Amino acid sequence: MITIGIWIAAGLTLCIYSFLYKDNPFYKFAESFYVGISAGYWLIYTYAYVIQPMLIEPIRNRGEFVLLIPAFFGLIMLSRWVPKIAWLSRWSIAFMVGIGAGLGVTGYIQGFLIPQIQATILPITGFNITSLNNLIIIVGVITTLLYFYFSKEHKGILGWTSRIGITFIMIAFGASFGYTVMARISLLIGRFYFLIYDWIIPIFG
Amino acid sequence: MKRHLLLFLCMISISVFSQELIDSTNVALIDTAITEMQHSGIVLNVCDTPNDDGTSITIKWDINDSLKGYLMDIHRIHGECDTAIALDMNPEKGIHTDNMVHGGTNYMYYALFKKDDIVKKTDNSLPVKAIGQWFNKERFDSFIVLLLIAGAFAWFIYLAKKGKSFYIRKIAGLDAVEEAVGRSTEMGKPIMYLLGIGYVTDIPTIAGLTILGRVAKKAAEYDTRIMVPSYDPVVMTTAQEVVKEAFTEAGRPDAYRKEDTMYITQDQFGYAAGVDGMMMREKPGAIFLQGLFFAESLILAETGYSIGAIQIAGTTETAQLPFFVAACDYTLIGEEMMAASVYLEREPLMLGSIVAEDLIKIIIVFVLIIGFILGLLGHGFKIGFFTDMFEWLVRII
Repeated sequence: MITIGIWIAAGLTLCIYSFLYKDNPFYKFAESFYVGISAGYWLIYTYAYVIQPMLIEPIRNRGEFVLLIPAFFGLIMLSRWVPKIAWLSRWSIAFMVGIGAGLGVTGYIQGFLIPQIQATILPITGFNITSLNNLIIIVGVITTLLYFYFSKEHKGILGWTSRIGITFIMIAFGASFGYTVMARISLLIGRFYFLIYDWIIPIFG
Repeated sequence: MKRHLLLFLCMISISVFSQELIDSTNVALIDTAITEMQHSGIVLNVCDTPNDDGTSITIKWDINDSLKGYLMDIHRIHGECDTAIALDMNPEKGIHTDNMVHGGTNYMYYALFKKDDIVKKTDNSLPVKAIGQWFNKERFDSFIVLLLIAGAFAWFIYLAKKGKSFYIRKIAGLDAVEEAVGRSTEMGKPIMYLLGIGYVTDIPTIAGLTILGRVAKKAAEYDTRIMVPSYDPVVMTTAQEVVKEAFTEAGRPDAYRKEDTMYITQDQFGYAAGVDGMMMREKPGAIFLQGLFFAESLILAETGYSIGAIQIAGTTETAQLPFFVAACDYTLIGEEMMAASVYLEREPLMLGSIVAEDLIKIIIVFVLIIGFILGLLGHGFKIGFFTDMFEWLVRII
């Protein structure tokens, strides 16, 4: 049974990799198979991990009938199937977008804004590496912030500080790019390791 | 003005005090219970955890010398049900939080201290209920910052409504929107718009939907097909509404095709595989990647590049931006994406919000420069007064 699984996984891996040559029936098969399987999987997952434990069980076991309100908003999303009452689904969408925007405000203040300010107020203690590092962080944050200043044309002082800012951004992108490419190569190595050690070598004993 | 004031108050109450509210009339009755145990000489302080949503109870105790070297179990009693919530703990910890309780339900607790064959049991505590608080006092600093930000927004929006005009600088990627749509039209190819794998509650997805409205309107004016393969069903539904409205605004409701805004799958790489396949078969002339993207970003952008489409990307995910910069023709970096909708629409109210954001940035830059000067004079030149000022600034922030 495990062998069959390995053969299926190896076959589908090769089907997906065939896309590197060009679009072909093998890739189309693997793509459709993957999309279909994952859509079905997420349907079951949503029922098993959201609807069942967060709606059905609390209502049935604990009588938390207040949950019928979000259930109602969920159900009216299905009104899109009936064009005459499709507008009802906008209530749910408006509710979700509103909650997302509202919670996002404090989320960003607490998660990004205040910690970023805290992490940038750093001491300069003299001529040493730590101070140089702190200075780079302070200059980098200030100039990057000024790059994202929109209500004035980037000329004069604002022009050159924002140019320094975009330079910092691009250096950070370069470092991030290299780091992520390394991580992706390790994923590729993992896949080749699977193909060679779990699939090819057992075939030839 | 009254409507704005009401909206402003609603935002504050939603965002800062987003705690589950439980029957507040009970708060005064059973907020805290303190129970003293007799046999072991240990005092268990059992109380509702403050500043939470009413789903935890805190148990505190002071260990005495006679119980050094013992291991501790804590039990929760609810009706007939006795559940061990902590096993073999080091009692010197002095505190344990039970996060597995339901708000408004009575619970009692007792502890067992074990060493070899010796077991010492405390008495049951008095019943305690977990109560949700209206205000999380630990977030007071965020509340102040939020007030400042909301005040700045309200003020500049008020000025915009009064007729004051505001300037917004050129954003390169957005001037290319028309070029991209025009190119697709000339080539007789569709436009593909990807909102990434975010949900409709994510800010970048909301920004992406706003830009979608503008792109869809252009597409309708040029009579070009626009495809929006979606990761999330709610995002798909919202995108359908946005595209439909854009086509109606452009005077072409007949050209709107609901089936072009379709659901793919909610699996990250399943979505990437599906969209890649669509790109190869439909060969769109322009691809917009505007929203929340993660590891699939390069897979999508590279495929778009390989078919020769003009690509305009934008996301706030800093780890993915390098890939977009490398593989796309234009990239909106972080907040540029948020400003994009303002730049495209030039609506006075939205321009007011951009000016407010800029004011907040200037305040932050000002604080950072003060911090830098105090840090330099205090720690670099060892001037005591400035050292104290620097430490004070660090403390208040």
